[in-house]
Amino acid sequence: MIFVTVGVQLPFDRLISTVDDWAGSRGRSDVVAQIGASKLVPKNIKYQSTMSPSEFRQHVVAAKAVVGHAGMGSIITALELGKPILVMPRRAAFGEHRNDHQLSTSRHMKAQGIATVVDDEAALKEGLDSIEGLVRSQEISAYANAQLLNRISTFIADVSGRI
Amino acid sequence: MAAKHKRPRLLAVASGGGHWIQLLRVVPAFGECDCAFICTLDARDQVAGHRFHRVPDANRWNKLAFLRMALSVMIVVLRERPHIVVSTGAAPGYVALRLGRLIRAKTIWIDSFANVDTLSMSGKMAGGVADLWLTQWQHLAKPEGPYYEGSVI
Repeated sequence: MIFVTVGVQLPFDRLISTVDDWAGSRGRSDVVAQIGASKLVPKNIKYQSTMSPSEFRQHVVAAKAVVGHAGMGSIITALELGKPILVMPRRAAFGEHRNDHQLSTSRHMKAQGIATVVDDEAALKEGLDSIEGLVRSQEISAYANAQLLNRISTFIADVSGRI
Repeated sequence: MAAKHKRPRLLAVASGGGHWIQLLRVVPAFGECDCAFICTLDARDQVAGHRFHRVPDANRWNKLAFLRMALSVMIVVLRERPHIVVSTGAAPGYVALRLGRLIRAKTIWIDSFANVDTLSMSGKMAGGVADLWLTQWQHLAKPEGPYYEGSVI
């Protein structure tokens, strides 16, 4: 199963309709998408507008690969579960987000080699064609790095000492 | 007089999606705290064993929805009376930090890993109310804050 997700906040029809077309042209019946609050009615893929956080995680667990916007929820969950992820960032110019921070996020993810990033619909279709060959990312631990955990623990210990 | 050991009450707040997933990654740091969580989605099964409160989502562009969200957060803050409020964003977390300050809670803001070029609006505003104001990017840290102290990844 390929799991497609555009996050919980905004629709991202450019991504969903491209994946839907692709699934139709390739006769794929194993694509499941979470499409957000969208008016789009996909023809070739299974879809639902939203899902609970644990349902979302279960879909990533069950997926061979994840396709999504460049949202942290999608990327971090794929990394935690060691799933390859193909990302197309939202663009403010198309009204897909309030700003272009997803471009920066995906540039960084690409540089670190933790996500495959495509910029437009044509590249997304190419990426989908080779999705079976996408390299499985290395699983990351379930928790933040030690520096951040220690800083928060220290802060909490300080407060505890004063109540 | 012997010091009495008291478990601090901690309220951890995040919008659903990436903010929430980042919040879950710092939970081990909460240690012995008596924890309660706020999310805009029903995520109670992911923090089983802790109190969980769901609030409506809102951003600063829709005034009525924002007010409704702020009121829900306020009810939780008054009920939980936290000593510490932690948030990874976005708007509900900022509201929780501000309200937490009013009842003299100590506050932590961890700006989202997604904000690579600049802090989010709520992240910038949180600078005025967070006792510990963090970015997850070294290049965004400044001597007067936000500080860089590691990241969720």
